[in-house]
Amino acid sequence: MTGFRLQQAALTVGGQAVLHDLDITIRPGERVALLGESGAGKTTLLRALREQQPNCIAWCPQQPGLVPVLSVFHNLYMGRLDQYATAYNLLNLIRPTPARRREVTALANRLGLGDQLWKPVEQLSGGQQSRINLGRALYQQRSIFIGDEPVSAIDERQGADLLALVCDLHETVVLALHNVDQALAHCNRIIGIRDGRVAFDSPSDQLTSADIKPLYPSDAS
Amino acid sequence: MTTRPLPRGTGAMRRTTGLFILLALLCLPWADIAVHTLAPGRELGRLAQGLLWPQWPTTRTLADAIASTLAFAFQGVALGAIAGFGLALLYRRRAVRWLAASLRAVHELFWALLFIQLFGLSALAGVLAIAVPYAGIFAKVYGELLEETDPAPRQALPANAGRLSSLMFTTLPQAWPNLAAYTRYRLECGIRSSAVLGFIGLPTLGYHLESLLRQGFYAEAAPFFYALLILIATQHRWCRGWMIPAMLLAALWWLPPVAPVNGALIWQFLTHDIVPAPLRSGMDALPWFMDLWQGQLWPGLINTLVLAMLSLVVMGLLGVMLFPTVSRLFGNRWTRGLSHGVLVILRSLPEYLLAFIALILLGPSMLPAIIALGLHNGAIIAHLIGQYSNTLVLRDDAARGLNRYFFEVLPRQFRLFLAFSLYRFETVIRETAILGMLGIPTLGFFIDSAFAEFRFDRAVMLLVASAVLNIAVDSFARRIRQRLHLQHKVQVC
Repeated sequence: MTGFRLQQAALTVGGQAVLHDLDITIRPGERVALLGESGAGKTTLLRALREQQPNCIAWCPQQPGLVPVLSVFHNLYMGRLDQYATAYNLLNLIRPTPARRREVTALANRLGLGDQLWKPVEQLSGGQQSRINLGRALYQQRSIFIGDEPVSAIDERQGADLLALVCDLHETVVLALHNVDQALAHCNRIIGIRDGRVAFDSPSDQLTSADIKPLYPSDAS
Repeated sequence: MTTRPLPRGTGAMRRTTGLFILLALLCLPWADIAVHTLAPGRELGRLAQGLLWPQWPTTRTLADAIASTLAFAFQGVALGAIAGFGLALLYRRRAVRWLAASLRAVHELFWALLFIQLFGLSALAGVLAIAVPYAGIFAKVYGELLEETDPAPRQALPANAGRLSSLMFTTLPQAWPNLAAYTRYRLECGIRSSAVLGFIGLPTLGYHLESLLRQGFYAEAAPFFYALLILIATQHRWCRGWMIPAMLLAALWWLPPVAPVNGALIWQFLTHDIVPAPLRSGMDALPWFMDLWQGQLWPGLINTLVLAMLSLVVMGLLGVMLFPTVSRLFGNRWTRGLSHGVLVILRSLPEYLLAFIALILLGPSMLPAIIALGLHNGAIIAHLIGQYSNTLVLRDDAARGLNRYFFEVLPRQFRLFLAFSLYRFETVIRETAILGMLGIPTLGFFIDSAFAEFRFDRAVMLLVASAVLNIAVDSFARRIRQRLHLQHKVQVC
């Protein structure tokens, strides 16, 4: 399993450069948190990382993109659409097989969604949908997890629990977070982004709140 | 984060779909779907050959037919729009709503059969045949559009501002863009209707198509076919702005809507010919009615329903299968372009013409009608859903191919699909009845025969039955839409 490497990279969105002079290498086994104000370019950076090896990554975007009329089971199952034959997928769409049913039920229980397994996700709350989104990424069973604010819509205690689970199940983890405490608690490396550049990139145990504060100038007052 | 209060949607949607498919399967044993011609493949080959190597008629003949087609369409739609607007202003009244519903429940071809009895094969008969049912449709759509306008400007007017001023200053300006867009769209339907009126003798493109196709002169028919296709497919490009009043004036000049009016004849038709025979002669009405019921009404109703159910399901299947071919979520530029072309052709050609061609190829059974209705309406559904699917935003890691179709796209579009299909149900029933005139024993078959035998009392009775059936199906479909919370609005003919 390889890591990621960006050298002297500039990332653009719709023709506009959002991030400049990126020199980032992420090695297998690292747990990286991206910090920065909203709009700083964290999502853009995560997208660029994903594109480097899209087939090895458990992807958890900020917009869940769930299919509203399908059940929790199906939305979780969708994480593995590329791993099974199409015919098998269709079979599971119409009538879930016992093996997948067992796996997904266990996962749903772990997410606290065991009772809702057969409900259409449009009937669930935003927090529950956010957990399904995370669950779909877990169900992919990859070695790398990339998550864009994966627990921001989930209450703090459960969020911490799920982040620990993510870190347990994946060798490499890259997260965009806005909760600084969560970043420090679960990750061993923090990349701070400000003004379209990497402001700092250091192990989390060497950071103090004074280092992190300048990332959020609008909170300064 | 909030929970959206959503209906017990998905289960009910699945059950409804299953029910429709089950009903269609139950209809199958009653449906005659045999191929009665000896060599449909060879006939299709001749048709294709004719289309590829058309034989041009004199320019005069073609130009006349095009001009008449447009003239009937413009006059009919204009008159229908004016009358419909008048009715729309009173649309709150139950009586007006019923009147509008019954006007549009009778197909323009049936109206044409009636008006031809009154005014002969004249310009007036053709114009009225389009104008009357369209007035019913305009009344409904205009009425709803006027109702949807924001009431605040109206309420802000001085208390004794007259109703007319209130309409002209507040309601009409708000609704105008929608009214204009719908009327323009309706003109496209008018051209289709006008062409189809040719099949019963009015001098439009359909007249030439009918006589040439029936005799197997495919190469000679091809130019008329292409003319109709081009007229309809390009209508939204040339039919705009000052062109519309100009065309309307030209239409009035080309085909003044007049007819030799014979008052005595009309009076006799209305007071004698259409009165049920037993009432005229004082006989017992029951045997007369039972005879009509057993011989025509009941079989006509059953066949109409059977054909409509099968066509509806074929339409749905084709719609669901074809929409990804025009959606930007699938395929590439070339496959989409090709598919668009095919769908435009199928959407532009009237069902009646498609059924007529299929009938020549396959012989008289329900099969050609199912194919025609399924293809035309399926193409419309596929086009609409394809357009809507372009607005979906999928995740970066969304599946591709069949997985994308079955997991990401179809579930998201299913509600829309069901809404559109139910909207088409009424159209399919209307058209099913009319296809009887091609020899399939639906209600239209018996209506047409009754007119041919000058038994107008029976014809009118059957017409009323078909209108009642349309109204019943329309309200049935509306009830299902409400039950399933399908509120998408579509107005397509």
